[in-house]
Amino acid sequence: MTTRAVETWTLEPLVKFVKEAGARLVLVMTSAGQVLAQHGFSRAVDVMSAAALGAAIMASTDEMARQLRQPPFAALNHQGERHGIFLAGLATGRGRLVALVVYDLDVSSLGLVQLFFEQLATDLQAASPKESVPKQVLAADFERQLSDSLNTLFGR
Amino acid sequence: MTAPAAAYGKALDLITRVRSVRGAMLVSAEDGIVVAEQLMEGIKGPAVSALAASLAARLRRAMEAAGVGASLFWHLQAEQGALLVVPTSGGTLVVAVASRTSMWDWCASSCCGRRR
Repeated sequence: MTTRAVETWTLEPLVKFVKEAGARLVLVMTSAGQVLAQHGFSRAVDVMSAAALGAAIMASTDEMARQLRQPPFAALNHQGERHGIFLAGLATGRGRLVALVVYDLDVSSLGLVQLFFEQLATDLQAASPKESVPKQVLAADFERQLSDSLNTLFGR
Repeated sequence: MTAPAAAYGKALDLITRVRSVRGAMLVSAEDGIVVAEQLMEGIKGPAVSALAASLAARLRRAMEAAGVGASLFWHLQAEQGALLVVPTSGGTLVVAVASRTSMWDWCASSCCGRRR
């Protein structure tokens, strides 16, 4: 399984996290679902789906927290029979990012993922560009940028 | 304090009262989350619980592969203390963090018949 990044500063923290937490699949993305790095995915369509759904879940729970007049939830965990899905936000110089982590219950655990996620957040914060210049994605460029990102994430 | 929390507290009290035990926890073996804890400052409970649960899962598989049955007790001795873990049938781990002094005292009194 390979780890690839559109923004190279995410690569080393992500590789370290995957190794220590024993994660099976990981996406690091913006709150809007733009993927910055991925580990373990073999198909572009899976990345796109996971990113879109993960970003939507975070947006829904952020709104739920807002309705409850609470700060945004720190992390979400969904546990299935064989896998768990962990979603959490983290602050970086690049802005707020979201990590989606899928882990095998036989190999890892929620406790391990939470433990090493804290280190991932620290490492990404330290490695991120200090002065972020948000890129405005124009509708005309969207498809090309998405295609370029997916090509980078799958080593094409 | 709710009834279950109070019960956990009493159970942990029994352990932490032992001289030189620096802390005790109940940990969910499945997900490595702390169920209850009484820890001295400086002990990272969430880290210990997550890593102990992970180790417990691997040890369980090793014991099964070796055909020796379920583990009853582990004692991990370090330079400055020890980690003591008892897996329970209810899917939790009882974890105690002890300083070196208590372990050496216990060994001396139980193995050599002397009291300090």
